[in-house]
Amino acid sequence: MDHRPQAWGRPRDDVYGAYDGSYLNHGGPKNATQSPVVTGTSVIALKFKDGVVMAADNLASYGSLARFTDVKRLHTFHNTTILGYGGDVSDMQFLSRLILQIELHQDYELEQLPDIKAQRGQEVMQANNLFTFLKKQMYHCRNHFDPLWNQILIAGFDDERKPFLSSVDLRGTSFSAPSLATGFGAALAQPIMRKYADTEEQAAKLTREEAVEIVKECMKVLFYRDARSLDRYSIAVVTKDGIDLKENEQLEKQSWAFAERIKGYGTQTV
Amino acid sequence: MFRNNYDNDSVTFSPQGRIFQVEYAAEAVKQGSVVVGIASKTHAVLVAIKRNAEELSSYQKKLFPIDEHVGIAIAGLTSDARVLSNFMKQQCLGHRLSYGRNMPIRNMVDQIGSKAQNNTQHYGKRPYGVGLLIAGVDNTGPHLFEFQPSGMTEEMQAFAIGARSQMARTYLEKHLESFLDSSREELISHGLKALKESLVQDRELTVENTSIGVVGYVRNEEGTSYKVEPFTLYDGQDVSEFLEKVSDANEGGGAATAEEAAAPEGDSMEVDS
Amino acid sequence: MSMFSQNPLMNGPNYSFSETPRVGAPEGAREHRFDPYTDNGGSTLAIAGADFTIMAGDTRLTSGYSINSRFHRKVFKIGGTTTDQHDAHLVLSVVGFAADGEALMERVDAMCKMYRYRHGRPISVKACAQRLSTILYNKRFFPYYAYAILGGLDEEGKGAVYSYDPVGSYEREQCRAGGAAASLIMPFLDNQVNFKNQFIPGSGEGHALQERERRPLTRQEVEVLVKDAFDGAVERHIEVGDGLQMMVITNKGIEEIILPLKRD
Repeated sequence: MDHRPQAWGRPRDDVYGAYDGSYLNHGGPKNATQSPVVTGTSVIALKFKDGVVMAADNLASYGSLARFTDVKRLHTFHNTTILGYGGDVSDMQFLSRLILQIELHQDYELEQLPDIKAQRGQEVMQANNLFTFLKKQMYHCRNHFDPLWNQILIAGFDDERKPFLSSVDLRGTSFSAPSLATGFGAALAQPIMRKYADTEEQAAKLTREEAVEIVKECMKVLFYRDARSLDRYSIAVVTKDGIDLKENEQLEKQSWAFAERIKGYGTQTV
Repeated sequence: MFRNNYDNDSVTFSPQGRIFQVEYAAEAVKQGSVVVGIASKTHAVLVAIKRNAEELSSYQKKLFPIDEHVGIAIAGLTSDARVLSNFMKQQCLGHRLSYGRNMPIRNMVDQIGSKAQNNTQHYGKRPYGVGLLIAGVDNTGPHLFEFQPSGMTEEMQAFAIGARSQMARTYLEKHLESFLDSSREELISHGLKALKESLVQDRELTVENTSIGVVGYVRNEEGTSYKVEPFTLYDGQDVSEFLEKVSDANEGGGAATAEEAAAPEGDSMEVDS
Repeated sequence: MSMFSQNPLMNGPNYSFSETPRVGAPEGAREHRFDPYTDNGGSTLAIAGADFTIMAGDTRLTSGYSINSRFHRKVFKIGGTTTDQHDAHLVLSVVGFAADGEALMERVDAMCKMYRYRHGRPISVKACAQRLSTILYNKRFFPYYAYAILGGLDEEGKGAVYSYDPVGSYEREQCRAGGAAASLIMPFLDNQVNFKNQFIPGSGEGHALQERERRPLTRQEVEVLVKDAFDGAVERHIEVGDGLQMMVITNKGIEEIILPLKRD
């Protein structure tokens, strides 16, 4: 029997085996995210005539558990840019803090500008600038084998004041298109959006109302078929007038009639 | 014999609260030939007099392009200027890589300001012996900044530094109102005229000794966005057309401020005994 | 199991992203490690002429079976003084992992800008080619997963194409295809640019047959050749399509041509 004070109250090795302290040991010089933990599912976005609309549901899953049902995954920057995060929620929060720092720093700089210049209403950083920054951040982290496990959509306006929509993922791969969707959305929502806006020209003809309608329809399809989704969602529209962000929308006019026709799963023998 | 005990390094204040090494560095700026910068609503220009050490030598460069949207004019030690120029170039490239845009001018100027200030607060370092005029455009329009070895930076509408630059500044002050709405060509002409004011008697602006740099900010028709007219350097024969416009033949008055021209230069500094 | 597999490890058709079944992994043991690479598909092509070079690439960006974007460039002007690269004189194409490719392009472009700043003149293709090799080789233990091709005009004004592997091996060539459909396009180029396997009819029997003599192709011929090569690749490779981006480098500057490709 070990009577030393430091052993008091501890499980006895001869009964429980030696204490396994391996979880305290770091696997190498640093312990980077090797897989996402609490995750958000698809983010979808569509360009239209004078802006971009983006949506994502309010769910953060822990594996198959619907862990947090009120997580806002659409963030804004300077009332000019929307960021939609798919993937790991803690990494999202890290990036969000990073971007808040930039925002505050730039607000401070704007404050310092002489009045005549400030009146010109030139925002210091446009969506494309923030996008480039995020892309570099993501790529930098992947280079250090410490990826930020997200795919992010960025919507707003570019230097030439044209609607801007781009995506960047955990490896720093980035691309833009008239419509974008992350995760399951790439398979389920993207075909629907491409039906209406396959090219930039087609997207430039869509009205705001049409674009919002299409995106809402996509959110419904995603809720029907994506098991890690929720019917509470956020939707944001960015135009030259600013951002219209609604964070507590409910999916309307659901019809689960199609579910009756699904056969071939579980124990049913029909 | 007088001996100044407070000018051995740039970290010691004199009892009068001065740092002599920094002030001497400012003197080095006054040794350099004159450079003039002016900004309007649409452009920022730099003009400079180049010097040659002797008849047979080439002329020392005074204007340096930094990035597509910025250029600098230097007065003082060229080699010190090159260090700052390289630094700014790197910063601009880095900023472009990180943010995909032109580096905001104030941002960049603040960085060299801090860099220079750092030299005035550490033992064994020496202030930069060069003054700069920085002309550039960014999201907020054209800008002109002045930089001094002390680390001081300031935004200017128009300014001149270097030898006998007071006369150029007098010219600029007199015409200050007209600069904001000047066209590209008018702005260059103003710059050259200001430069002329600072010339020594019976020296002239020639294609050999004059440099011009221009950078512009071109708005589209709707005024919603802008394009950069990249910083362009004019040297040699390229400056002749600009010189012709301000040649004495085309001008009425001339050296009106002869008295100021006689102002003592390198006035002896008040020195602690 | 398919007997038509080109790859002994895989069954069925061959894609450039990994479908390789795990061999030797213990039953039930799954290790999830971050893989820093993906393959974004697409194909590039470069042909050097007597006084021009044409660089081309499709504009599709994929991951797996998804098309991420139908208009994503992989051919870039580099070495200019401004953002719009109006005075650029070199072209770099990158295919493979898009993020690495673009990072590489930006590095080479920054390097060219520094060269111009330091030397007061634009970098030569030869010098840039050597430097690009060094950049790739320096990262050989964590390579840029990108197949780069550099194009321009050499000191004599002749078309120059330099092709690379991801760790920096390079050579100057007349023509080169890179990326997903490289194995489809390259034999076509061998035949159509270097006239490989072309003989003069009736010039002899067997080994006595005389090869068709090589001649420099004209710009018009090459443009058609490039379009044909991509039309062929689009038919046979799922990762190629949507748009064709062509850069024509002549002593008058660089001209960009965008043509449609099949989007299926």
